[in-house]
Amino acid sequence: MQKTSSIVIIGGGVMGCALAYQLARRGVKDIVVLEKEYLTSGATGRCGAGVRQQWATETNCLLAKESVRMFENMNEELGYSKDIEFKQKGYLLLAYTDAQWNQFKKNVKLQQSLGIPVEMVDPQGAKDIVPHLNIEGLIGATYCGTDGHANPFHVTYAYAEAARKLGVKIETYTEVIGFEVEKGKVKKVKTNKGDIYAPIVVNCAGAHSGEIAKMVGEEIPVYPERHQALVTEPVESMQDPMVISFHHHIYCQQVPHGSFVMGMGDPNEPTSFNQKSSWQFLEEVAQKVVNILPPLKDIRVVRQWAGLYDMSPDANPIIDELVRVKGFYTVAGFSGHGFMVAPITGVMVAQMILGEQTVLPVKPFGIDRFSRGEYLLEHSVV
Amino acid sequence: MDKEIFVCRCEDITLAQIKELISQGHRTIDEIKRVSRAGMGPCQGRTCRMLIAQELAKAYGVNVEEVLMPSFRPPVKPIKLGLLAGGE
Ligand SMILES: Cc1cc2nc3c(=O)[nH]c(=O)nc-3n(C[C@H](O)[C@H](O)[C@H](O)COP(=O)(O)OP(=O)(O)OC[C@H]3O[C@@H](n4cnc5c(N)ncnc54)[C@H](O)[C@@H]3O)c2cc1C
Ligand code: FES
Repeated sequence: MQKTSSIVIIGGGVMGCALAYQLARRGVKDIVVLEKEYLTSGATGRCGAGVRQQWATETNCLLAKESVRMFENMNEELGYSKDIEFKQKGYLLLAYTDAQWNQFKKNVKLQQSLGIPVEMVDPQGAKDIVPHLNIEGLIGATYCGTDGHANPFHVTYAYAEAARKLGVKIETYTEVIGFEVEKGKVKKVKTNKGDIYAPIVVNCAGAHSGEIAKMVGEEIPVYPERHQALVTEPVESMQDPMVISFHHHIYCQQVPHGSFVMGMGDPNEPTSFNQKSSWQFLEEVAQKVVNILPPLKDIRVVRQWAGLYDMSPDANPIIDELVRVKGFYTVAGFSGHGFMVAPITGVMVAQMILGEQTVLPVKPFGIDRFSRGEYLLEHSVV
Repeated sequence: MDKEIFVCRCEDITLAQIKELISQGHRTIDEIKRVSRAGMGPCQGRTCRMLIAQELAKAYGVNVEEVLMPSFRPPVKPIKLGLLAGGE
């Protein structure tokens, strides 16, 4: 492995790879990405890969909207030899309580003001979009046809391939184990394969970024939290949009391959690195999904898995330089939506590091927002 | 020849494709599964996992046992959602 670099990026997930590409594209040489296993081995390779613009905060709406634009042109922009499989089949968000419906009304007003093509539909309108939807108890729904999903492996590989072509070195099976800091500035990254000098380090280690920060003696509020998902056998195409019910903490979509992928957030899930699948999850998610989408009862589950959300106190990322360790940046805390915002975040972080004007403001993502009590609270999360 | 040998019958992945992925630097069964879907079919790799392991072992000059096995996850056999929900 090389002994020196201009920038070391820790983490070979979608974020680390997107950032490496955006920096290299702006002419930075000698970038190194360090990944302790293989590319996509973290949350990226375990995620639902949904991409939606229907958020409750302006920051998330804009990050998602700009990223959608980038996903639309990603194969061409990155010159990818395969296909990132970006499919815009829409998202249908279900409201089961008056409080939720009122919140949705506010969200839609905000989203429309930002140019996001979202509409409100009554239960029958929702059924027109998803014919097998059980509308019992449903008050209404919101629908955005340009939401969708992409293949997280291919998106990450597309960025990695494009970055490599521009000279970025990607070292897999290389684990960061410590740092050397001199006079309040980061100097060296220590790995299980040797040391590497770097004046700039970016922590894109997902759920492990809190552990990485501890290696320079800093605490950042990013915590691991298990989230589980399952996939069924492939069946004939019957459901276009992703269906989400925040009330049931559930999401369910049919991917192009024909399988249904679904997941559930458990409000009682403890903070831990536990990534094991549970039997309870299977039963709970099955009960909920069979209730909302009854014909799914005859489809067989073939596999389940779990991954870690990189949670922050307001479920939004921290994008900032450490105050006490100059040159050390944190880009983590994306909770359940780091995949969909990674494209534009890569651009913003590259611009921030290079001291350029950023396309969207990064300031709201500063780490001091927590101590100031200025949380970017987002209601629309599973 | 390799183009006609199917390693993963559930997902239609040939020996030629597996060899190509190995030559691109993919080192483990998990990595190959994620890029190609080999092992993600209805049989969940019961048929193809060993064959892919053998190819990896050959390419990297190690024993098949040393090739990292992907984690086995429940359910071991496909089960209907309705059955899990307790509805039938
Ligand atoms: C079940 C589930 C469903 C999800 N669904 C969605 C969704 O539908 N839409 C969406 O946008 N997001 C979703 N997410 C969230 C999304 O997966 C993450 O926010 C996103 O992938 C984060 O990307 P990342 O590159 O920051 O982190 P990761 O992909 O976790 O990458 C971090 C990498 O750092 C590496 N690393 C850690 N420690 C070290 C070390 N010491 N040295 C070297 N490398 C190290 C890890 O191995 C890992 O590969 C979901 C997540 C889960 C778990
Ligand atoms: S043969 Fe590969 S998954 Fe069944």
